[in-house]
Amino acid sequence: MGKNIIEKIWEQHVVYREEGKPDLLYIDLHLIHEVTSPQAFEGLRLAGRQVRRTDLCFATMDHNVPTKNLPTINDPIAKKQITTLADNAKEFGIQLADIGHPDQGIVHVIGPELGLTQPGKTIVCGDSHTSTHGAFGALAFGIGTSEVEHVMSTQTLWQTKPPTMEIRVNGQLGVGVAAKDIILAIIAKWGIGVGTGHIVEYTGEAIRALSMEERMTVCNMSVEAGAKAGLISPDEKTVEFLRGRRFAPQKQFDEAAEYWLSLTSDADCAYDVVLEIDAAEIEPIVTWGTNPAMGVGVSKTVPTKTDYDNEADRGALEKALQYMDLKEGQKITDIEIQHVFIGSCTNSRISDLRTAAEIVRGQKLAPGVQGIVVPGSWSTKRAAEEEGLHQIFLDAGFEWRESGCSACLGMNEDVIPSGERCASTSNRNFEGRQGAGARTHLVSPAMAAAAAIHGRFVDVREFAKQQA
Amino acid sequence: MEPINIVKSVYAPLDRKNVDTDQIISKEFLKRIERTGFGQFVFYHWRFNENGQPNEDFVLNKPAYSGAEILVAQDNFGCGSSREHAPWAILDYGFRVVIAPSFADIFHNNCFKNGILPIRLTEAECDELLAKGIEQAQEIEVNLEAQTVTTGYGKTYTFNIDPYYKKMLLNGWDEISLTFQYEDHIKAYEEKRLVFE
Ligand code: SF4
Repeated sequence: MGKNIIEKIWEQHVVYREEGKPDLLYIDLHLIHEVTSPQAFEGLRLAGRQVRRTDLCFATMDHNVPTKNLPTINDPIAKKQITTLADNAKEFGIQLADIGHPDQGIVHVIGPELGLTQPGKTIVCGDSHTSTHGAFGALAFGIGTSEVEHVMSTQTLWQTKPPTMEIRVNGQLGVGVAAKDIILAIIAKWGIGVGTGHIVEYTGEAIRALSMEERMTVCNMSVEAGAKAGLISPDEKTVEFLRGRRFAPQKQFDEAAEYWLSLTSDADCAYDVVLEIDAAEIEPIVTWGTNPAMGVGVSKTVPTKTDYDNEADRGALEKALQYMDLKEGQKITDIEIQHVFIGSCTNSRISDLRTAAEIVRGQKLAPGVQGIVVPGSWSTKRAAEEEGLHQIFLDAGFEWRESGCSACLGMNEDVIPSGERCASTSNRNFEGRQGAGARTHLVSPAMAAAAAIHGRFVDVREFAKQQA
Repeated sequence: MEPINIVKSVYAPLDRKNVDTDQIISKEFLKRIERTGFGQFVFYHWRFNENGQPNEDFVLNKPAYSGAEILVAQDNFGCGSSREHAPWAILDYGFRVVIAPSFADIFHNNCFKNGILPIRLTEAECDELLAKGIEQAQEIEVNLEAQTVTTGYGKTYTFNIDPYYKKMLLNGWDEISLTFQYEDHIKAYEEKRLVFE
């Protein structure tokens, strides 16, 4: 029997194996940001240890960098974290894309952009959305700060090989339905625990049809499905995306590409679990609740208690609706929003900005709606400005910001006020995620842009027709 | 790390599913650059009302559960963001053991690295613990060596744990110094590692 890509990459990276122990795995790339690293550096210093392979580390600032009025940082504690990372990077000799550096951006946006992310690599970062890099056929997963310290000291991690899961997306997506809707639909269908303990490979016609940036959106939210990692076997699109990128192989690019393609799952491989979904049944999704599985198609209504067969779920519904200030059975298209956030490592890449700009072009934000667009990286921002996308957003009344995580988690000043509602292209809608009391609805960039114009959710499929 | 073997204490029943790391330690408290001092902020938005006063209805604020070193919750505990501040906060608050039917992966791993014992019991067993504990605060005894949880209501539950992690917790080992013993293997791997220029 053949092997799937997960097994191939895993086997390649085993440094040491012994019965009754996790495997000692080698780590090819360690991405570092300001929030989950200070305690790891502190640990190194206390123990008198070094970073073993500074050449396999790359650091940036993203979580709490301000996205306006740079270089002023008002929050003294954020400032401390930021200067701490700068000092640590210097002390330990790690490459850093500091604030104001042309490579700076959200860690999961810049990794692929710089060509650091490559098929077959094991990639870790002290951040759960590290799964994003799986879009390239890399085994990428989030780790905690103790593990960050462990990787810094040893370039390895002890890992028990998780079971594998295939999520096959058959057929073709409808017009106006985005990669974001695929992953939100998967989570809505099977729940936030569906992937728990597994590494997922996304396969099928609809996945193969996605661009690299769209694949990143899908893999990004693997962790919202509970999975340790999610990946997609590399193909020609993967190879072409990487060609010429700064940290991609140069002299030996063709050899590398050949190797990458050899990692693709074999036709006769097996998985521990296989799930299938038909792309044609997926519509643009809007989450109505306080976890990413609480989402429905935009043409539908908020669920009612009768939709659930157990008390726990009915209780969760009640709690979520109370927080979200929504009613059972309410139409999704009747939900009015006051904020729109286009950004985050899920949807802040150039194609996301293009899609949103296309809908916004020549329109105005609905009265009472505030919108911000936060490009995922400086380089994305520059590219968007070269195309004039920023002007489209500015003309419509959006704010055009510097790159960072921003309102995805509201660690900087970009927070949604309590009780107000935000259509957000990010990945988490937990209570208080975007600010205490803030109500988050997760959607695709197109859906967010359309909501900005209408002041409530609209079906982008209709919107596209009207505009045509 | 402090070794764990027997923990005997009253337990706090947190009757919720999908307790995420944002709820365990809210993001506004993440900006410290040390590992300690997070306990005061654990479950902050549940422990305190909007005006900053303690929420008397929340389990950790009830005197009967004060000093609990064991936390019992429902499914998928520790889901959401990978922040290790969550186990730090739990440990700093005084918990050494968390019992639930299932844990999110990263959180589960992080527990071992910080000297917290995460125990998976069945849903029925957790439901029973929660029901009894809510009815009346009571003591249980967790024994890692024996892999048992002995209740005050006459039941003893057993649990599974990866033998490697068990040994780590029992001995309070720091993982990095353990891994340094494999330096030869790491070097050998690096020599044959595939790198394209
Ligand atoms: S954009 Fe949001 S989800 Fe992504 S790394 Fe930043 S905070 Fe995390």
